[in-house]
Amino acid sequence: MSKSILVVGGGFSGITAALEAAEVGHEVFIVEKAPFLGGRVMQLNKYFPKLCPPSCGLEIQFQRIKNNKNVKFFTMAEVESISGSKGDFEVKISIKPRYVGPGSVDLSEVIEKLSNNVTDEFEFKLCDRKALYMDVPFAFPARYVLEKENCTDEDLKLFSGVDAIDLNEEEKVITLNVGSIVYATGWKPYDVTKLSNLGAGTVANCITNMQMERLAAPSGPTSGQIVRPSDGAQPKNIGFVQCAGSRDENHLNYCSYICCMASLKQAQYIREQYPDAKITVYYIDLRTPGRYDKFAKRILADDKINAVKGKVAEVIEVSGSGNVLVTVEDAETGIKAQNEHDLLVLATGMQPSLAGVPVPTGVQVDDQGFIVGGEEQGIFAAGCAKQPLDVMKTAQSGTASALKAIQTVIGR
Amino acid sequence: MPEKIGVYFDQASISPFLKAEDIAEFVGKVFANECPVIKCHPRLNTEEGRKLIQEDIDAGNVDAVLICGTSPRVDWDIFNFDNVMVERVNLREQCIKVFRNPDGSLPDPNGEVPELLQIMANEYVKMGLMKLTKGGLSEAQVINSTKVVMVLGGGFTGLTAALYAAKTNHDVILVEKEDTLGGKAAGMYKTFPLAYPYLEAHVTGIEDLIAEVESNSRIKVLKSAELTTLEGAPGEYTANIKVGSISEELPVGAVVLATGWVPQDTKYVEPMGYGSSKVVTAAEFEAMVKAGKMDASSVAFVLDTRLSEAQFAAEEETYANRSDEEIASDDADAKTASDAAKANGEEEEDFVYEDMESYKHLPYSSELSSLVALKQANYVRELNEDGIAYIIYDHMMVPGVNERYYRAAQDDPGIMLTKGTVTSVTEEGDSMIIAASNTLLGENIEIQADLVVVPTGMVPTTAHDPTINLVYRQGPAFPDLKQFDGYADSNYICFPYETRRTGVYAAGCVRQPMTMGLAREDAAGAVLKAIQCINSANHGVAVHPRSGDNSYPVFNFMRCTQCKRCTEECPFGALDDDEKGTPKPNPSRCRRCGTCMGACPERVIGFDNYNIDMVGSMIKQVDVPDDMEVGGPRFIVLACENDAYPALDMAAMRGKGWSPYVRVVPVRCLGSVNTIWIADAMSKGIDGVLLLGCKYGEDYQCHFVKGSELCDRRMENVADSLKRLGVEPERVVQSELAIDDYDKVSDLIDTFVNDMIKIGPNPFKGY
Repeated sequence: MSKSILVVGGGFSGITAALEAAEVGHEVFIVEKAPFLGGRVMQLNKYFPKLCPPSCGLEIQFQRIKNNKNVKFFTMAEVESISGSKGDFEVKISIKPRYVGPGSVDLSEVIEKLSNNVTDEFEFKLCDRKALYMDVPFAFPARYVLEKENCTDEDLKLFSGVDAIDLNEEEKVITLNVGSIVYATGWKPYDVTKLSNLGAGTVANCITNMQMERLAAPSGPTSGQIVRPSDGAQPKNIGFVQCAGSRDENHLNYCSYICCMASLKQAQYIREQYPDAKITVYYIDLRTPGRYDKFAKRILADDKINAVKGKVAEVIEVSGSGNVLVTVEDAETGIKAQNEHDLLVLATGMQPSLAGVPVPTGVQVDDQGFIVGGEEQGIFAAGCAKQPLDVMKTAQSGTASALKAIQTVIGR
Repeated sequence: MPEKIGVYFDQASISPFLKAEDIAEFVGKVFANECPVIKCHPRLNTEEGRKLIQEDIDAGNVDAVLICGTSPRVDWDIFNFDNVMVERVNLREQCIKVFRNPDGSLPDPNGEVPELLQIMANEYVKMGLMKLTKGGLSEAQVINSTKVVMVLGGGFTGLTAALYAAKTNHDVILVEKEDTLGGKAAGMYKTFPLAYPYLEAHVTGIEDLIAEVESNSRIKVLKSAELTTLEGAPGEYTANIKVGSISEELPVGAVVLATGWVPQDTKYVEPMGYGSSKVVTAAEFEAMVKAGKMDASSVAFVLDTRLSEAQFAAEEETYANRSDEEIASDDADAKTASDAAKANGEEEEDFVYEDMESYKHLPYSSELSSLVALKQANYVRELNEDGIAYIIYDHMMVPGVNERYYRAAQDDPGIMLTKGTVTSVTEEGDSMIIAASNTLLGENIEIQADLVVVPTGMVPTTAHDPTINLVYRQGPAFPDLKQFDGYADSNYICFPYETRRTGVYAAGCVRQPMTMGLAREDAAGAVLKAIQCINSANHGVAVHPRSGDNSYPVFNFMRCTQCKRCTEECPFGALDDDEKGTPKPNPSRCRRCGTCMGACPERVIGFDNYNIDMVGSMIKQVDVPDDMEVGGPRFIVLACENDAYPALDMAAMRGKGWSPYVRVVPVRCLGSVNTIWIADAMSKGIDGVLLLGCKYGEDYQCHFVKGSELCDRRMENVADSLKRLGVEPERVVQSELAIDDYDKVSDLIDTFVNDMIKIGPNPFKGY
């Protein structure tokens, strides 16, 4: 029997679950696929409705991890298999080599000398980075990552004198014995290439809402300047397409919960940067429940922000200008219109990270990839792995899963 | 207090701009007695470097460690040593990387060490030594806590919470006001779906839940019971509970507040037709169905609440914009009424709770109203084969997975859903007519129905009553309820259970209108926080955000003048006082922010590991040249360690820099800044003090709620004292700095420096 808890996923929900359990004295392991903890929220510029930076809360969480010896975490790590049962799981974890050891060093000089540029996935392909990188703000752990496969032989020679880098590191598999497991694997943005009528990701100035977050973030590719990807021009007439993939039987058969509030928040980013910019939000319903109503009313009171109830039928590029032409039917007037925007933002939905990927035995998912059931087996889902939620509810869910995981390991 | 400090320099962080040996030599000269061990290492943050330090500790050569090199935000996993004090001097990020010559140029890595950089580094190391010598390891103040969780409210959330706590091996007292358990759920015919596949409403299962609670030996159920007072502190509360006419005193460790909601006053839905016999609220409709008395065959659910909202918002605005005469007249009326009451012998109450119910509880409840309408539309279909339900909405507020339930309703031909702006709801003969514009059909429509159902606004119990009835110096209720119109919610997005009252955790609809599915999760979360709080009290350590901190504020009562500032300012109401006004600390309520320490004009409050003398002494390490023209000015930046400090680190990593005349001193929270630090700095000739703290006001970001706001107020007061001293009050500036303002902070500091230089040298220089 083990009284330890495994948390799969080091995003906001997973970190919360781990800390809340650790702070009542349980040993907790976090397994995170990415090189850094923080997950999806790290890519956000601000949270709605307070418009406060996610790093603020994450920094406190990292501080709590630093001060609590009960929390142990593995990055670049994934669950390979789960065996055993409630109270006595054996979990195999594979850990990819990072090639950079612990101990903070400044490698910026050697990075500059590297030859290849690699597409930066953290920035949603809006820019490149080098093969040795630490591309997230307030990175935790503050350790670089090296992608050996993206280095030339010349590059590899550069590392020979750098004692922080060990090119011989190899992938390893470790085994953890735990009593219960929290799955907090979070979400991924819905793949725009599947949205063929909305440009399928081929229209340069038609970006996703997550790309917008990076454009607006001071740590992002433009240092926070919201500009068109095609030519770096300042947008003056911006459109938002809600439910890009969500509430659609052909894509995601649920509502992604956060996109309406996210678009209103992003409208605010634009209005702050460009006082003359005009914004149109195309929506089916504006879902701003409960305490978000106040925020929605405030944003929509702005006469430069216009909300149109209507489903966008088509998005195409206007040749020459790089503008985006939107075909929309106004649901109230029935008038079909074509509107031109110089920047269009698709409010792409939230898809569970487990959608379309193999999951270990013991973890059950529904047809969309959300975790269902499993609690009686000692495996608990938290946050957006279970259903689409905002950050606040994700934190609640993480805390709740910690209690359930504790209940499983303490026995009675 | 440590006697043998080991000072270790990380050459990898310091070279090539500075020479570790030079700083080591300086320390050896000035602090020979305090620092028996001074070592330089080529790369200290390695296994080998760590071993070097550990060996000195093990050999008893050092009893405290000062590490000079990387930022304390990194390498925490390497430099953790048990049973000795460890302090870090951030030479890499906030000294060397940010250093700029007075003309703004970067130092030459191959040239001579700039004198100003050497001075800066030496001073930061001296500050680190001060921090060590003025601090000490603290011993936790342990409370022998009682492991009882009190759950207030025996509805769905409360019952669920009670079971969670009991199953986590805690005894539970469940307090229910009514004579039966079950709350609102007991009156429901069904609930909308709570689990996958989220398609059909089902029974609530409340009876089973009640039976499980009542048969659990760990749960003591008190029905017809009310919490009269909650005295004490987390881990050692005494709950005074009145059961019927008998009062009981029970020991309680922490509280889950699950008192739920009450239906909003129906006057708020009168503009939507309420008052007619054929218009009911959703709550009334639910009761009709439950009682088997629903026989209408066509029912219209009006979800568009703008008729009501517009009318009451207008009334509110008119009231807010009253003329001075009207205000005077209203006040006179109130006084007459109160005088009359007094004349009638009615006792004047000390405490009047401002009722927070308003029309705003309609939009707060929007998600539940939409889901309930879908559910009840299904009732209409279920109870009558030919039944027709209409739902007229502005926005169908069913976020997340409940979209599937909405879709299932759309598939039913007997449920007509339309967007619309409802313009009137009127009675016409035996039926009701709902007129709406802007519909999906593109025209104005009129719907005829037997019965109209309007939403029930969910008003949290805390909007009407303090509910938790704390016997605290700062009053019986949560202090910030107004921000969310009475909901006992948190203003933190990341930390939804954090409020200004340690030990009481709200769950369910008293916090936010929520579905039973989420309420179940919320109950689990709140229970964990309650258990955590009891556990922390039991170990004498702080809860969030300084979780595990075992220090606590120590008061020197001999010198206390009973001015009550600390008791009034504590954001968490941790301090009570006696009749004379002497503060009574309650360590388990305390979050260790140091606001009391900042507030105290007599400077009698401090922590073992953070105190007035410590920060004061650190500031004194800054050597102020007598002549500003020759040696340059000097400035102190007091930076919030939670947000401003990481922002400064990040700025450094992004290649930003600032004036070489600035010294950054991290503080726990701006709330802990005592004005004596400012006064001392000024009397030493420091040319300006910049305070960097979190945003305050409605959307505050301060992790201790009030810190930066209180500091700002104190700085207004410090202006007067500075004027008396003959120092320009403009020399003290507070700026809001969020953690992601890293690209702005260097300009902010340099602008401050330039403004100060314009004022000229501090007149106290050279004294």
